[in-house]
Amino acid sequence: MPVNQGLATLSDNLIFWAILAYAVAMLGFAAEAAFGRRGRVGRRTAAPRGVSAPATRVDDIDLAAPEPALVGAASSVAGSIAASPAGGGRRVTGRPGGSSGRGAARSSAGAGAGAADADAADAADTPAADTGAAATIGRIAVAITVLGWALHLGSLVARGYSAHRVPWGNMYEFASAGCLSAVTAYLVLLTRQKVRYLGTFVLLPVVLLLGLAVTVLYASAGPLVPALHSYWLAIHVTAAVISFGVFTVSTAATALYLAAERYQRRLAAGGKVGLSGIARLLPSAEALDRTAYRSVAFGFPIWTFAIIAGAIWAEAAWGRYWGWDPKETWAFVTWVCYAGYLHARSTAGWRGRKAALLGLLAFATFLFNYFGVNIWITGLHSYAGI
Amino acid sequence: MTSDLTTRGPDTADIEPEDAGLSTAPVPVQPASAGRRPAPAAALRRAWRQLTSMRTALLLLFLLALAAVPGSLLPQRGLNPIKVTRYLASHRTLGPLFDRFGLFDVFAAPWFAAVYLLLVISLAGCLVPRIRLHLAALRAAPPPAPRNLGRLPVSTRWTSAAEPAEAVAAAQSRLGSARWRLLTRPGPDGAVTLSAEKGYLRETGNLVFHVSLLVLLTGVALGGIFGYKGTVLVQQGAGFANTIGQYDTFKPGRLVSASRLAPFGFTLEQFRASYQPNGAARTFDATVSYRSKPDAAPRRYDVRVNHPLPVAGAKVYLIGHGYAPHFVVTDGAGNTAFDASVPCLPQDDKFKSLCTVKVPDAQPDQLAFSGFFTPTTVSTPTGFESAYPAPLAPGVTLLAYRGDLGLDSGIPQSVYTLDTQRLQPVSTQFLRPGETMALPGGGSLRFTGLTEWATFQVTSDPGRSTALVASIGIVVGLLLSLRVRRRRLWMRATPAGGLSADAATVVELGGLARSDAATFATEFAALAGELEAERVCAEASDDVPMPAAGSKE
Repeated sequence: MPVNQGLATLSDNLIFWAILAYAVAMLGFAAEAAFGRRGRVGRRTAAPRGVSAPATRVDDIDLAAPEPALVGAASSVAGSIAASPAGGGRRVTGRPGGSSGRGAARSSAGAGAGAADADAADAADTPAADTGAAATIGRIAVAITVLGWALHLGSLVARGYSAHRVPWGNMYEFASAGCLSAVTAYLVLLTRQKVRYLGTFVLLPVVLLLGLAVTVLYASAGPLVPALHSYWLAIHVTAAVISFGVFTVSTAATALYLAAERYQRRLAAGGKVGLSGIARLLPSAEALDRTAYRSVAFGFPIWTFAIIAGAIWAEAAWGRYWGWDPKETWAFVTWVCYAGYLHARSTAGWRGRKAALLGLLAFATFLFNYFGVNIWITGLHSYAGI
Repeated sequence: MTSDLTTRGPDTADIEPEDAGLSTAPVPVQPASAGRRPAPAAALRRAWRQLTSMRTALLLLFLLALAAVPGSLLPQRGLNPIKVTRYLASHRTLGPLFDRFGLFDVFAAPWFAAVYLLLVISLAGCLVPRIRLHLAALRAAPPPAPRNLGRLPVSTRWTSAAEPAEAVAAAQSRLGSARWRLLTRPGPDGAVTLSAEKGYLRETGNLVFHVSLLVLLTGVALGGIFGYKGTVLVQQGAGFANTIGQYDTFKPGRLVSASRLAPFGFTLEQFRASYQPNGAARTFDATVSYRSKPDAAPRRYDVRVNHPLPVAGAKVYLIGHGYAPHFVVTDGAGNTAFDASVPCLPQDDKFKSLCTVKVPDAQPDQLAFSGFFTPTTVSTPTGFESAYPAPLAPGVTLLAYRGDLGLDSGIPQSVYTLDTQRLQPVSTQFLRPGETMALPGGGSLRFTGLTEWATFQVTSDPGRSTALVASIGIVVGLLLSLRVRRRRLWMRATPAGGLSADAATVVELGGLARSDAATFATEFAALAGELEAERVCAEASDDVPMPAAGSKE
């Protein structure tokens, strides 16, 4: 079937407007972060309503627990929650993150009280943090992001219909789909956690990559080579696209975690805060770390599935399920790095900063697999086209 | 967990850090007990513990990733031996050095094998005790309640009009239907405690994931030992039988014997290719008739890209195609010395193809022809080129040689290359189908027509299904170990001792989850609400007055 040029042009126009919307939204998020009082400081003072937020560190927890291990368990737990679906005014008390001394070396949040951390504050209603002009700007930025997302989705759908296939058959289309996935992941996360602050840091790479996509990587709509005529294209590449989006969000959170962690460390040491003072605008390091971890934990099985689906497809297309083709090799490297990240988070001496660096490295290998392998290295995946 | 987080008790391999407290981790062997052992045994033990520790595993994982990198940056013999030769020719100093360290065959190099074997051992050494402990944990009862439930990460309390036993029984039925594992224990002074635990699937998934990784490696090894891979070029109308001699290339696994190849065969009936206007391929389609055994009835099958033919445990893939012009050569003596189709090897994506014709039977001198076939011929200043991959205007440009082909020298020759040392070029000409090239000094070559050929790869991999099952295990195990949360709940119902008329019992509820505490806190609040409400509903139906709203706490 011939390419529908009208739809192809529509797709190109829509992506342009989507990029514009994202750029505007990104500025909005940045403005909110710069002028708002949403940072840790503001958050601390904004005590949740109706809950007794424990403010002091409980160092002397001494449960007569049947297993000593349980004692350590009392650490790193959320503060308080007010919500109770059935009980109305119920009070459920949470314990603050006290460490029992012999317990786990926890994340290096040296800064002050291990108070109820941001996640608990997230779960609770924090009215003080969500009012004011800055918050309004933030909400408008979210609305513009959703608008951009819709335009972006329209662009991909138009592209798919114009070429009569799934719209991720070459590098340009993968970039576009991957960015859509990243924005989707961010928006979905936004419905579950208060992560609006992530907006700038998710949209920045998205805008950059989309800009690169429409200028350098652009390929006009067209049919695919026979090797790609398979329903596995839809399965394998879709899984890769989704994991790309989720990992983008986790990378944004990881990078911010590193900034916040540095800030807290310096603050605790009483030294100069310097550039890391930007972390004043951010939630606590623990909350960022948890957001990063959760998104990796969500994306990692999808990435695993993408690799396995690719192997099954390779078995059908090339006669072997694994052949250390450069793309396969780098997919493996990424997988190993994220596996390392997940393990490092539970290993003393690795959790915290080192684990986060590993997470950044993992995403870097993902990017290299996309840019480096496609552009500089020839392999069986080369038909993906620039 | 325990005091030493650097040792990977089975626990820390778990993907989630906060899980440690609920784990089945064994207490590491204390140095005191090791001290009495003879030194070598203690050293061995220490080495073993070191190898199976989490840090070592992490390091090995990282090394594995690092080790794989040169395999993608440098040309690999297994993927493209010609590129390796080219690389060695252009990098005189670095090339041989890289070669010595196996960098051109990374994934078969001893050091790569060393890394992953160590990782496998580390993994297995950590899995075995962990599986044992998890099996024990699956049979074990939920642990007794801590003395002070209020000290747990989340806790709440309320008063109930029900007797302690009733209150616990109600909670038991509610939690039981949500598949919590339960155990009630009587406490002092008429109190009843209920221990509940849920989320054992987390550790199960974690173990399934890691065991599946080992099974996957087993599957890969099985394929490497008992599998084979071969390629064969088949012209349209010609056949293939699955014996080693018929293959153009053949790579057997370590334990594959020639006599044990499945005796199937096939004939290429027709090959069709279609192209986009810009010359990019659109479809390839090879119709074959095949027999799974020599005496089986022939069946037809369309072998396409992404659509291999499964036959007798092996699979036949379509991996390439090209053209085979048909030539009739008459020698100087006037005899027909050659009458066959000659597969020409494609040189570019428009299928300009290299043709070599050797005529050893020609008299008085042997004849040879070499040149290019062009499916859609266009004339350019540098010669004839192909403008499109389909045979719209086929032609061949041949250079004719006369002399000695060198076939009797005993050195094996490829049919696709010509050794021109003892050959004299005699003439060159462009031919369309039906045209004839007359040779000076007698003889001629006639380009009579065109047929197509396809290359097939035959692969047998007995480890394939093992690997597939392991892959499913990997994904399922991962999902369980990352999604399921292990959590504990304790309820203690204590007689209120006449605090008030409608409060017979003080109910305390405490909970603990090491992973995803925020989600658990929400779940806990919901559960607590339900457990209390349940009591209220039961009372209401029993026509017992509702407790006053303010009586909680």
